[in-house]
Amino acid sequence: MYKMASELETMTETRKPKMLAENVNVFYGTNHAVKGITLDLHQDEVTALIGPSGCGKSTFLRCLNRMNDTVASCRVEGRITLDGEDIYASRIDVVQLRARVGMVFQKPNPFPKSIYDNVAYGPRIHGLAQTRTDLDEIVSTALEKAGLWNEVKDRLESPGTALSGGQQQRLCIARAIAVNPEVILMDEPCSALDPIATAKVEALIDELKGRYAIAIVTHSMQQAARVSQKTAFFHMGDLVEHGDTTEIFTAPKQERTRDYITGRFG
Amino acid sequence: MTSSAIFLFLVMLALGSFVFARQKALAGAGGDPAKLHSLPRHYGYFAATCVLLPGLFAFGIWVIFGNSIIEGLILSGVPDRVFEQNGDQATLVLNRIRLAVENPNSPETDPDILAAAAKFQAIYLKGIWAAFVLSISLGLVGLYVAVNRTKPDFRARNKFERVVLITLGMSSVIAIATTLGIVASLLFESLRFFQEVSIAEFVFGLHWSPQTALRADQVASAGAFGAVPLFAGTLLISFIAMLVAGPIGLLAAIYLTQYASQRMRKIAKPMLEVLAGVPTVVYGFFAALTVAPLFRDMGITLGLDIASESALAAGIVMGIMIIPFVSSLSDDAITAVPKSLKDGSLALGATPSETIKQVVLPAALPGIVGAFLLAISRAVGETMIVVMAAGMQPNLTANPFEAVTTVTVQIVALLTGDQEFDSAKTLSAFALGLALFVSTMVLNVIALKIVRKYREVYD
Amino acid sequence: MSDNAKEIKPTDWHSPEMNARIKRRYRKEKWFKGLGFTAVILAAMFLVTLIGRIAGDGLYGFVQTSIELDIPFEESILGNPREMSKADFEENVRRANMLRIIDASLQGHFPDVKSRRDRRELLRMVSTGARAQIRDMVLANPSLVGTTERVRLLASDDVDQLRKGRIDASEPEANRKVKDKELGWYQKLKEEGRVSLNFHTTFLTSGDSRDPELAGIWGATVGSALTLLVTLAIAFPIGVLTAIYLEEFAPKNRLTDLIEVNINNLAAVPSIVFGLLGLAVFLGVMHLPRSAPLVGGLTLALMTLPTIIIASRASIKAVPPSIRDAARGLGASPMQVVFHHVVPLAMPGILTGTIIGMAQALGETAPLLMIGMVAFIVDIPGGVTDAATALPVQIFLWADSPERAFVEKTSAAILVLLTFLIAMNGLAIWLRQKFEQHW
Ligand SMILES: Nc1ncnc2c1ncn2[C@@H]1O[C@H](COP(=O)(O)OP(=O)(O)OP(=O)(O)O)[C@@H](O)[C@H]1O
Ligand SMILES: [Mg+2]
Repeated sequence: MYKMASELETMTETRKPKMLAENVNVFYGTNHAVKGITLDLHQDEVTALIGPSGCGKSTFLRCLNRMNDTVASCRVEGRITLDGEDIYASRIDVVQLRARVGMVFQKPNPFPKSIYDNVAYGPRIHGLAQTRTDLDEIVSTALEKAGLWNEVKDRLESPGTALSGGQQQRLCIARAIAVNPEVILMDEPCSALDPIATAKVEALIDELKGRYAIAIVTHSMQQAARVSQKTAFFHMGDLVEHGDTTEIFTAPKQERTRDYITGRFG
Repeated sequence: MTSSAIFLFLVMLALGSFVFARQKALAGAGGDPAKLHSLPRHYGYFAATCVLLPGLFAFGIWVIFGNSIIEGLILSGVPDRVFEQNGDQATLVLNRIRLAVENPNSPETDPDILAAAAKFQAIYLKGIWAAFVLSISLGLVGLYVAVNRTKPDFRARNKFERVVLITLGMSSVIAIATTLGIVASLLFESLRFFQEVSIAEFVFGLHWSPQTALRADQVASAGAFGAVPLFAGTLLISFIAMLVAGPIGLLAAIYLTQYASQRMRKIAKPMLEVLAGVPTVVYGFFAALTVAPLFRDMGITLGLDIASESALAAGIVMGIMIIPFVSSLSDDAITAVPKSLKDGSLALGATPSETIKQVVLPAALPGIVGAFLLAISRAVGETMIVVMAAGMQPNLTANPFEAVTTVTVQIVALLTGDQEFDSAKTLSAFALGLALFVSTMVLNVIALKIVRKYREVYD
Repeated sequence: MSDNAKEIKPTDWHSPEMNARIKRRYRKEKWFKGLGFTAVILAAMFLVTLIGRIAGDGLYGFVQTSIELDIPFEESILGNPREMSKADFEENVRRANMLRIIDASLQGHFPDVKSRRDRRELLRMVSTGARAQIRDMVLANPSLVGTTERVRLLASDDVDQLRKGRIDASEPEANRKVKDKELGWYQKLKEEGRVSLNFHTTFLTSGDSRDPELAGIWGATVGSALTLLVTLAIAFPIGVLTAIYLEEFAPKNRLTDLIEVNINNLAAVPSIVFGLLGLAVFLGVMHLPRSAPLVGGLTLALMTLPTIIIASRASIKAVPPSIRDAARGLGASPMQVVFHHVVPLAMPGILTGTIIGMAQALGETAPLLMIGMVAFIVDIPGGVTDAATALPVQIFLWADSPERAFVEKTSAAILVLLTFLIAMNGLAIWLRQKFEQHW
């Protein structure tokens, strides 16, 4: 008994997940959208969530930073931890949680403010910068990390909405990075972008993967194969298969996964 | 014979034509509707419109101009002496003639008036018969034309539909005609006013006392028609109203769209609609009866000198009236902000209030500005509350505890009671009306522009 | 790039400063939410105060105080119905000085009131309408002559206010309208059980009057109804036809653009400006009769036109194109498509908009003031060209009266007006819900 526990300890020591969802169920009213999902996200990994439309990917993702709290009919069961701490515990503060677990949406949604103010928004509300130079520093760092700095450094005061779609999406990523999150959730970040912009965002995800735990929802198999190390296949609210991306794409264990990957449905 | 009888005759003639033309069409086709180009009833419709349109045209001319023509004829026959006795007021003379006509045992003794009354009846009878004959004969001409064309191959439906289309187009022109009518009547009377009083005096003058200008030797005496105190009073009361309605309306809209539960919304929205549906005369009564005395008494206990018709009372009640207006327009503006923006802010860890203040409201700002402009225009044009609760004395002050008067109050004061159309006093009401119309119009146009631009951004 | 990129300092989310900051932010959040809640509650309070205040006064407007007196129907004053022809008797009754009868009755009740002045004041405790009351009784039943009957007579407004507790008897005599002497008489009548508060049908069935206890709203109600009738007859067809034209037939050009903008702007023109238009055009140019529902209705029709047009257009637009296509596919002409298919389907929405427009028109006062529907009119108008007033104008007129008793009449009239408005809006809501289509 003792030995088993210590064994487990050493195991978790080596692969301690950044975020861990255990047996998560989500309901919209009576609609059971996510069914008993257990999934872990790791610090230095990109996890791709794939599956046909309506299978609950977004819903699951939105549980991880409690964005589902904003939907009145939504009820979440199960346990989700960030660094071992239950994020649904009353002790946990949503505002902090969402700062630590950033999110990028399907459609770029820059605020109707200047590029600078878009990026500075998060640090300002969380009080991350004491001085204007600190703030400038954070903004430029975030924009650099998002690979946007060179394109916008001369027009930081122009409105964020005036950028191209791909630039807007990278601005949104910069905005998320600026609050220094530990996890980044991306819900189909490239579905509104053209191939060139998509390539840029994918390159960016590659850049970011070492420092953040990243979960990305995508409908593109190629994208999942390109950017992720782990892949989770959802189907009708179930997590059908979860494992190394190469494995899932080359030798899926489940028939449903194989059918989906080969384009038999979905 | 009365005007309504003419109308009834016309309608009956049209009905008869309908039946007749339908029968004739059927008969022409040997009783087989399939041989007709259109359905039998279309021939009927066509004939009926051929009768009604010219007939109603003649009838309309009689209704609109008949009275004025007759009155002109009568008055031209009345000797100058009578006018002089009645202070040169045609309306007074006419009223006396009217009374004499309506009531044969009236105490009227002036022989000229009695003669005019007798003449009036004769002319009126002639006029109405002329109108009758003219409209019915025009109708008959129409009937003749229609019946002549009622042949099986006549495209009755197409013709009839053409007429209907023209009718549709004509009715939509009425909206424009109304605006033109407003502009023309306001401009026309105002121009007459500005022949007596200079525009500069009206727009920049600080002294308003049209009543003193009534005396013959004082017509348009200097300083009597300076409208600045009225403009100032209007602005003061509208400002107070917006101080009440702006924050309360906007905050209520924010709460109802962002925080309130479904149930609370279900109660609060109809409540605001009720508040919006209460007639302004009721608000006026409430202001005069309850709020104004309350403020006056509060002033006494606080040692403040608050007039019993204070701008404050009228302004606050007007503000209450405008709350639903502001809140429903702001509600629209706020709900038009895409949810994705809100989500973006919340996902960064902003609290709801931070999201609202820093993302939602700035995004909805144009819509909200438009709402406020429309609300101001409402306040400026509002009449009953100020008529009942604000004062009559023109008072150039920014002190909300004093009584001020407004443009609308003065319009009502100048035009209720007996009036003649040509005194500077009544004409000044139209000049005020013109100022009111222009300013609200400008506010509306700007507001609608802003709101439309804003909608385009998020559509 | 990743190697030399600058790093953002990691945040210590659990530092005391951060905790304090978050607490502060939540406090602000609470405040803001509270502020919004307060705004909603304030609006609700305004409504409750408004309605409460008016209902509190207004319900008293429907009841009126009466005094029961033993009325001697004296033959010497009224004449003998058996000795005279019916016409003569009726003529005699109409001319008879009923005050003498009431005076005699009061003498019976208050034998110790002797002086002329006191007797006159005593007489003032019953309404001036009491004379007509007695006259009508005798005319209806001539056999009353010679008898003495206990009759319930309308009390004067002072007595009425006393009964309703609006006059505070504990105030010093100089400060109140009713003097000690009258108070004593009132108390005596009250102790004898002769003072009662009854439902007052006169208020609902008669026209205006200078005496609050005789004033009614029927005249104004009929005036409003006639006015609305004219408004409806003009605004409904023109509004609907315009909407049909703009939505279904109008070519997209400068003129129709102009009409659109124009309608939107017209909807926001202050109502008093429409009054000025009515005054200048309907009275000034067309010389239609002043103070008449015809002119009021025409003016209000122009005012409600935009409301009806906008609602009708929305309703027509909501009919899906597939229905038009289906009808067109069956060979219907454009006109038939519109009048046989689109308009019937859009009708509930059109009617809803029309009713709401009518409700607006019913509550409107200012334009009617401009065209003279603001006179003191006792008679019930019989047609659209008779001089008349309207409910909101009646409210305005009564609100201006100095008598305290008119306050409750005004409030009662407001309750009646609000009842009509609620009924109309209720009907509109019912229509909307009943026929609401989800295409
Ligand atoms: N706000 C909501 N209210 C009610 N039901 C919802 C809501 N959002 C999603 N659902 C339901 O939950 C289920 C899962 O939806 P979800 O958006 O998570 O799917 P998804 O996998 O992200 O699909 P897609 O690939 O199309 O984005 C669906 O049946 C959907 O109808
Ligand atoms: Mg999704």
